[in-house]
Amino acid sequence: MATITTLREAMASLLHDGDLVAMEGFTHLIPFAAGHEVIRQGRKNLTLVRMTPDVIYDQLIGAGCAKKLIFSWGGNPGVGSLHRLRDAVEHDWPTALEIQEHGHGDLSNAYVAGASKLPFAVLRAYAGSDLPKFNDKIKFIECPFTGETLAAVPSIQPDLTVIHAQKADRKGNVLLWGILGVQKEAVLAAKRAIVTVEEIVDDLKAWPNACILPSWTVSAVCCVPGGAAPSYAHGYYERDNRFYQAWDTIARKRDSFQNWIKSHILDTENFDEFCRVLKASTAQGVR
Amino acid sequence: MTPQEYSTSEIMTIAASRLLKNGAVCFVGIGVPSTAANLARLTHAPDIVLIYESGPIGAKPAVLPLSIGDGNLAETADTVVSTPEIFRYWLQGGRVDVGFLGAAQIDRFANINTTVIGDYRKPSTRLPGAGGAPEIASCAGEVVLVLKQSARAFVKKLDFVTSVGHLDGGDARKRLRLPGKGPVAVVTDLCLMEPDPASKELTVTQLHPGITREEVVRATGWEIRFAAELRETATPTRVEIETLRDLERRTNLAHGTVTEAGTGST
Repeated sequence: MATITTLREAMASLLHDGDLVAMEGFTHLIPFAAGHEVIRQGRKNLTLVRMTPDVIYDQLIGAGCAKKLIFSWGGNPGVGSLHRLRDAVEHDWPTALEIQEHGHGDLSNAYVAGASKLPFAVLRAYAGSDLPKFNDKIKFIECPFTGETLAAVPSIQPDLTVIHAQKADRKGNVLLWGILGVQKEAVLAAKRAIVTVEEIVDDLKAWPNACILPSWTVSAVCCVPGGAAPSYAHGYYERDNRFYQAWDTIARKRDSFQNWIKSHILDTENFDEFCRVLKASTAQGVR
Repeated sequence: MTPQEYSTSEIMTIAASRLLKNGAVCFVGIGVPSTAANLARLTHAPDIVLIYESGPIGAKPAVLPLSIGDGNLAETADTVVSTPEIFRYWLQGGRVDVGFLGAAQIDRFANINTTVIGDYRKPSTRLPGAGGAPEIASCAGEVVLVLKQSARAFVKKLDFVTSVGHLDGGDARKRLRLPGKGPVAVVTDLCLMEPDPASKELTVTQLHPGITREEVVRATGWEIRFAAELRETATPTRVEIETLRDLERRTNLAHGTVTEAGTGST
């Protein structure tokens, strides 16, 4: 059964230095508040996995939380590069970052295999591509039935998966809708899972076939309204496109990035205070 | 219309949109491919089925998505499935007619690089990476590529082969038993290229109005071939250009990239 608790307590008890962590959300429902809490608690040596490490992982990488990144597309969607990711890969700043690169079909299959507790996923891809030359986790196998050559990749089974969803009920059953990405698979693949939600309600009023994560598949549920911002929560708020554009400027230089992390995350107690600081800095046009 | 009345980016988008047939199932990348696919939907191909890798199938967005998972894709789709399902059942399952992609670098056999410029371990530029492109390039029925032409992008040798086109040419795809036909066209701001039927080397078959062979040669890092019968791209129609500009204006307003007074990127 999920414990309904604060984000601080959930993260402190469920995430440890050196863990393999997945924070998923395919441009929708990205668990930003939870990512900030990881930085605030000063977690180190994490292996971060995520299909689309966008601004949330740029923040974690720049803040020095990660030693390795497993991913399939790393950019600031609709804007351009992730400057902190690039600085880590190109100049080892703030620390060297090992990268393990896949394609989306591959990594999403790897989560399915993880949720299925299978050792690997199989797919038809990578013939002729250079990716297998630089990622020794991509192998080729022969189909025992047809003889066809297929790609195989190890399943992803995170120590902790963190997602954001729209609703939970008071028992901790979680409901999400809209663009679902790989969140369900990432939770079911993980040893432990934290879900932040927009609201906790008496009755989910869910329809049959709704995407539900039963309470007993989740370790902790934390009510963090707005916790996916600047990404969006379908039915609650829209994507803050201006923030993604502003991030390009903030993250471009090491000192402006560090100032932002200090004033917005390290010097704030929690997500509520972060929101107040962000609102004030946005009003002044400095973000 | 004369070439002074539209930009080279606009004719690239319009020429790409014309390649999409009504009713086709199209797996769309973000950026110019998404613009061109939606332009096709709003002009000659109202029944085109747009699939985005985040999960929407049959998306009909009123404004262009800024990210691959914008909410309006989900709201206007026939259905929204999970990302693993998109790749497993729909793309690998052989239900996609056309994969529509961009790239940072391309070679003469339409192999593409979206990973790094320079050495992989010490890159001069780290690009976003593969995304869904390797699987799309393998499994879509055919592939259309769209990117601006320059000698830096159209290179003799890719720094990294992220996703395969025709590999080293000829029947290479068949030998590797890749399910899809691979790239059938590359649309740039200067011209349209198609693979030679036998060698699969990209050949310029169509120049955009006002563009010379010399401009194409200068903007290509290998000795580019031209078809014996070189056609000229039909000039954009009023409907095409107005639909495109209207779409971009609506998009800029919706995403807050310009103010009400602005006119957007057109």
